[in-house]
Amino acid sequence: MKLRMKLLALAAVAAAAASLAPSAAFAQAKEQFFPLLSYRTGPYAPNGTPWANGKQDYLKMINARDGGINGVKLTWEECETGYATDRGVECYERLKSRPGMTLIDPQATGITFALTEKVDKDKIPLITLGYGLSVAQDGNAFKWNFPLMGSYWTGADILIQYLGKKEGGLDKLKGKKIALVYHDSPFGKEPIPLLQERQRMHGFQLELIPVTAPGVEQKAAWLQVRQMRPDYVLLWGWGVMNSTALKEAQATGYPRDKMYGVWWAGAEPDVKDVGEGAKGYNALTLNTAGTEPKVIQDILKYVHDKGQGTGPKDEVGSVLYTRGVIIQALGVEAVRRAQERFGKGKVVTAEQVRWGLENLALDQKKLQQLGLDQVMKPISTSCADHMGSMTARLETWDGKKWNVQPDYWTADEQIIKPMVKAGADKYLADKKLTRRPASDCTSD
Amino acid sequence: MLYRENGQFKTSYRADQQIFPILQDRLGILVLLAAAFVLVPMLASDYMFRAILIPFLIMALAALGVNILVGYCGQISLGSGAFMAVGAYGAYNFFVRIPGMPLVPALILGGLCAMVFGILFGLPSLRVRGLYLAVATLAAQFFADWMFLRIKWFVNDSPSGSVSVSNLQVLGFAVDSAASKYWFCLAILCVVALLAKNLVRSAIGREWMAIRDMDVAAAVIGIRPVYAKLTAFAVSSFIVGMAGALWAFVYLGAWEPAAFNVDVSFRLLFMVIIGGLGSVMGSFFGAAFIVVLPIFLNQFLPLAAGLVGLSVSTEAASHAELMIFGTLIVWFLIVEPHGLAKLWSTGKQKLRLWPFPH
Repeated sequence: MKLRMKLLALAAVAAAAASLAPSAAFAQAKEQFFPLLSYRTGPYAPNGTPWANGKQDYLKMINARDGGINGVKLTWEECETGYATDRGVECYERLKSRPGMTLIDPQATGITFALTEKVDKDKIPLITLGYGLSVAQDGNAFKWNFPLMGSYWTGADILIQYLGKKEGGLDKLKGKKIALVYHDSPFGKEPIPLLQERQRMHGFQLELIPVTAPGVEQKAAWLQVRQMRPDYVLLWGWGVMNSTALKEAQATGYPRDKMYGVWWAGAEPDVKDVGEGAKGYNALTLNTAGTEPKVIQDILKYVHDKGQGTGPKDEVGSVLYTRGVIIQALGVEAVRRAQERFGKGKVVTAEQVRWGLENLALDQKKLQQLGLDQVMKPISTSCADHMGSMTARLETWDGKKWNVQPDYWTADEQIIKPMVKAGADKYLADKKLTRRPASDCTSD
Repeated sequence: MLYRENGQFKTSYRADQQIFPILQDRLGILVLLAAAFVLVPMLASDYMFRAILIPFLIMALAALGVNILVGYCGQISLGSGAFMAVGAYGAYNFFVRIPGMPLVPALILGGLCAMVFGILFGLPSLRVRGLYLAVATLAAQFFADWMFLRIKWFVNDSPSGSVSVSNLQVLGFAVDSAASKYWFCLAILCVVALLAKNLVRSAIGREWMAIRDMDVAAAVIGIRPVYAKLTAFAVSSFIVGMAGALWAFVYLGAWEPAAFNVDVSFRLLFMVIIGGLGSVMGSFFGAAFIVVLPIFLNQFLPLAAGLVGLSVSTEAASHAELMIFGTLIVWFLIVEPHGLAKLWSTGKQKLRLWPFPH
């Protein structure tokens, strides 16, 4: 008995030493490493899982179809954060020094804030597609952050423009009541400054209704909605909060077709449980869903048909899955772009990937090659603009599936730009930092 | 054989009352400190520092604070996360609002804010006790969550409610690299642990323990429950507040109220229970168990499965992590209800007889 205990203890200690020791065994040439932070457990798992599956499947597909990027194999390791900031930081520290480290996509706004403080010291680009810090669009202030394809400010701006058009002109919004039902966290609070700016311009009434995270209890919030009778409800939710909100809206009798969600509140897990009850609900979307695009077909062909898919096959091509694919495609294209400049067929460093991200230029033709032409709009980043594209579409749930409306909406630069500039300046002043010199943009 | 106090005679009260009366213990602690300050920084990798050692040290500090309240004074508290939050936001406000505010005074002021908050929410302890007090202190948790989410002033009018600090310096040295952060936390932990150890050995510590063991009897022999309970709340929340400030400043760098949610309170309580109630040493064990074990399991499980030729998905690994972690907690509580610290003292007892047990 005693001996066994000792052996057990010894084994545990040895294993602890082995697994916590720096992993030097990974040092292999010609491999580009993608850390994958994910959350497949916890209250956000229904949304986090397809997202993580898409990200992983795209890497598998590139390896299987193209043999990597110009011969450089892609490797990855997933790390579970559970949407918790401290675990996310741990994952980042665990994976950041792997050889061939490319970039980091934390999949959570809270982790993004914590990592923003760290990436510039570690020189690792932080991509946050459609989430994260809105002011980080200003690449001159945030050298390492890339809120690609949209931030909560662009999202909120597009929604107001859309509502304006629906009313027959932005000036018609005067006196209307718009309620923002939001996840009470940095994620949910990000759109507020933009909405307040628009409120000043158009004179609508903005009501802020916070929902305590994770949002399973919303009776009080919807009671408020019922009393206020807003003309429109903007839903800034994530995970279980969205389906709960829709059920509460149904229970309180608030018309679903007057509800507009952010792109994180417009996926299948949000509405599936509500089904017919969510009919007419609208949401922003950064991408289409479905298995028709070529990129999804390739994933099915090269990954899932070979039995190597990450998740269930029938979830391939869902909204968040496709978003995961886009995120990874942009990451892979950044590596390709960096290779074009720093040496084809070589493993690029994270700093070189940063250059690639800053000089992304995916036009319609390029997107077609990637099989993404129907999925998203062209995107091109620069030193000053780390977002690359401020467009999004709207989609409507018809009870069975999401129907994407054909029109693209672009956030108003006249409003976003000064706000981003002011926000970035405040950030720099608080941190006693300075903007990047112009030479920093051209040289590397 | 090696560990016995035979022949070590105390000739003064001073010698008899020192923290470690046995020479071997003193030597052991000196070696341990030397290793922690010198050897570990030479060997540890960046990951080891940033992801394991620093959170361990900070959580050990917080557990120490909670142990004073729960372990020594017997007042069950579920508001530790709130005290950490008040410490963190208090220190943050002093740090950003007063230009040129040095780091250490900011941390201490953060601790003082937590102390005031702790005394305030300690008042119910004068009337309610046991589980009811736990519920009452839970109110502190929800109040702090509400306060830092809603009152813009506390977050320096940050629109997203997330705040961050940078350019940490102590006496002109930048607390920037992993090793310097480690030293900084370790130094604070050592100082606070020494103070706490001496406090619990002093008159006030004995009053706390008397209150814990039977408050009516303690009151009869002349201990003022109001004073004893509130000082326990004050000291405990001061230490927990400092730990919260360190967690925010040194470990996270940028944080939101969710970083100090009710989960943190529960984890701190578990640390104290598993580590050993009423033991400074136990706080360290408990923190190590709760902080390090999940991370270890998370990395070890896929590795172990790999050895036998299985591949485990991230999902399965993190579910297994939770299950094994839970099982271990239950197992430890069954085999050693007095916590890991008790195992330690049993071990020491055995070592005295080694190699000739009865």
